[in-house]
Amino acid sequence: MDRRRFLTALGCSAAAHPLITPVAMAQGPWDNRLVVIILRGGMDGIDAFRPVGDPNFARYRPKLNSKGALDLDGYWSLHPSLAPLFPLWQAGEMGFVPAVSTPYRGKRSHFEGQDLLEAGGPLPIGADPDGWLNRMIQTVPGLSADIAYSVGDTPARTLDGKAPVSQWSPGVHVGLNPHSSRLLGMIYENDPMFHAAAQDAIEMASVARADVGTSEEIDEAMQSEDMMGMMGGSVPKGNHVEVAKFAAARLLGPTRIASFSLSGWDTHGNQDFAIKRPLKSLAETILTLRAGLGPIWEKTGVLCMTEFGRTARQNGTQGTDHGTGGAMLYAGGALRGGRVGGPFPGLAEANLYDRRDIMPMADIRAHAAWVMHGLFGLGTSDLERNVFPGLDLGDNPELVL
Amino acid sequence: MAMFDPNLAVTRFGYGFSPRVSAPASLSEIKVLLAGPDTMAQQYPIARYDDATPASEHFPLQQAVRRAEEGSQQRANRKRRLDAWVENAHEERRTYMVQHYLRLIRTQDALRERLVAFWTDHFSISIRHGHFRYLQMPLVEQAIRPHVTGRFVDMLKAVTLNPEMLDYLGQGRSYGPNSEIGRSDNVGLNENLARELLELHTLGVGGAYSQTDVRQLAELLTGLLYRRAWGFKYEWRAAEPGSETVLGKTYSGRDGWADIQQVLDDLAAHPTTALHIARKLVVHFVSSDPDQGLVENLAAVFRDTGGNLLAVTTAMLDDPRSWVPERTKIRPPQEFVAAGLRALNVSERDLRAMTMRDYNRTLLSPARRMGQQFMQPSGPDGFSEDAAHWLTPQFMAARIRWAMSMPERLKSRLPDPRSFVNTTLGGLASEDIYFVASAAQNRAEGVGLVLASPAFQRR
Repeated sequence: MDRRRFLTALGCSAAAHPLITPVAMAQGPWDNRLVVIILRGGMDGIDAFRPVGDPNFARYRPKLNSKGALDLDGYWSLHPSLAPLFPLWQAGEMGFVPAVSTPYRGKRSHFEGQDLLEAGGPLPIGADPDGWLNRMIQTVPGLSADIAYSVGDTPARTLDGKAPVSQWSPGVHVGLNPHSSRLLGMIYENDPMFHAAAQDAIEMASVARADVGTSEEIDEAMQSEDMMGMMGGSVPKGNHVEVAKFAAARLLGPTRIASFSLSGWDTHGNQDFAIKRPLKSLAETILTLRAGLGPIWEKTGVLCMTEFGRTARQNGTQGTDHGTGGAMLYAGGALRGGRVGGPFPGLAEANLYDRRDIMPMADIRAHAAWVMHGLFGLGTSDLERNVFPGLDLGDNPELVL
Repeated sequence: MAMFDPNLAVTRFGYGFSPRVSAPASLSEIKVLLAGPDTMAQQYPIARYDDATPASEHFPLQQAVRRAEEGSQQRANRKRRLDAWVENAHEERRTYMVQHYLRLIRTQDALRERLVAFWTDHFSISIRHGHFRYLQMPLVEQAIRPHVTGRFVDMLKAVTLNPEMLDYLGQGRSYGPNSEIGRSDNVGLNENLARELLELHTLGVGGAYSQTDVRQLAELLTGLLYRRAWGFKYEWRAAEPGSETVLGKTYSGRDGWADIQQVLDDLAAHPTTALHIARKLVVHFVSSDPDQGLVENLAAVFRDTGGNLLAVTTAMLDDPRSWVPERTKIRPPQEFVAAGLRALNVSERDLRAMTMRDYNRTLLSPARRMGQQFMQPSGPDGFSEDAAHWLTPQFMAARIRWAMSMPERLKSRLPDPRSFVNTTLGGLASEDIYFVASAAQNRAEGVGLVLASPAFQRR
């Protein structure tokens, strides 16, 4: 970025901005869409999707077996706070893989677990921590930055890396007049980091303005009868909804990949209460994407991944501690929902990992890889060599329709 | 080899230049101040945890209101008492806020304040509910501040055994599965405190400990109970019977309280803890890509002095590798706004006149939009040390906005931007900053540009 372009970016109006002028947008080679949601804190997979058909379940979790769960198939039932997604399960637009994990084992640290999940594998010491979605984008030459969006306050590290991607967060305002902008441009000129950050901030503020029109259409879609029925009659609100609306708006345009995170899953105590809010936010996020995407939902896959699952038994404080295997929820018209997308080892103590956690039956990265293979036609060798180096893809779990 | 430079000293080891307080002229001046008395704590007192409005009063007051009949006179009376308690706690908290910022604006011994922030972050506690939110600053005053030039183990014990930490990491309701209460009430362990003690507070996640050590430590810690109604106590009936083995050492479990003290002593003295702390200090103060020799030097001092933090900090100041001229760290948001207040020399009268709402509007909410909520990190691992984290576009936008719009709300008469460059940036000012300061259309714009400059935000 040379100084001239920076100064122009700082001072220019939204309409003239290169990033949001329609002709400047390069189309990606793909038509399908992928949304990756990182659930930070370790979602308790067997609370979201309860294996009530296993007699150990009620025994292990006397306080985490609240009424109102919806029967899915006689063995599994859906947590009451995910009830808004039940119609999607019925329509074959939502499913889950019950026992997956990254290769992370042992210390059960959130921070190490999330790093590994977002990097897509163990990081070589001293390597630049890039994310697996970014490496995937790098395998396809010539894509423009708006092919992928990292959305929300916490940048999606799945998209960190060499390939240019875009970022947005709700409520970014810079509030500079043209004179201040010009002067600021001068003092940032010799500091590449500040220079780039300020330029991105200004672009982001103008993108947000330009999307107001699309956002109104999404608001209308969210008030449709269908949507109101699932949401129990109220329009969802909050930061996560803004993030999902924005992601949908971009995915209606040239963007093909969006990634963001939802937090609040670290339910060590009083989980019966504590998990309600994050589950509700997750359901609202998915329904907002669905409403916002309209017909494009048919071409979309949403993967919800967490750093690890939690202990099979409830702990002393009516919550659960950090575990190993967990569930991956997936949704979207392009994926094969309405079914359990992988094996479950059961809860018998001998089948637990370390006699305490859900035993992972597959590598969650392989599922993500096969979904990218199915949605974007990426070759398996690229996936095993470049996107998830060293991963053995195994058999295709056929999550993509 | 690089050495003391006043410009680096005020940014890397302080809260920046001030038009009121002279910058340290030498290394020994910094060391003498740090080894001397904590004058700011005397001049601008904040209540210690034990002296603040007692946390234990809040919950019984709430309960009393709930128990009284709806609409009754008794309920109205009890509600008044609860409201009075809350109002008083709010006012106390506002006073702490005033004192906190006055210390940062007025201190000469700025490294001490930076150390308090560093150690508060090392032992991150993030509580959004109940009476604890009024007590975070008193906790720091009691459990962190006196020990930043004292012994690590004393700080470790003071924080770990504080009710806020016991509550935050779930220890207050963790029971030995085979303890009397564990068996009769069918309740059990919560591993959270044990895990974070090893992973974050002492050995670090790279340390040689296993899930079994976490579990054994969690069992050893049982007996530490906490309830909102009665506070903290050691309860034998919650303690797991039998011995536990943590990191190869067996604790008999016969004297639960003494064992807990002992395991904290052992964790503090573990050689890996010295390395973990040394690395964190260097990462925080000097560079996110730490010089290994510097880290090992500090770790050796930590080990040789039994975790004497004054000696470790002094060793950092004395090591030329701490004075690399490149300033690659970015001031995190709270430090950034505090450095701004210091550069502006906001008056004591103005700070005392600010309501909690004013603090929220001018300092706390803007810093939250820059990514840092006051004393509320998103997890027990504290705030990021990564420069790129603080300069995402959305956080950057919030920094620019604060710099450009808040100074005129914090100070009735802003200085001439040209002199503000000198008093704020000292030897860090470059020609382009002098140019924009003189080209600014008004004082607010000029002052804002100086605060928004990389020279002001880097350290």
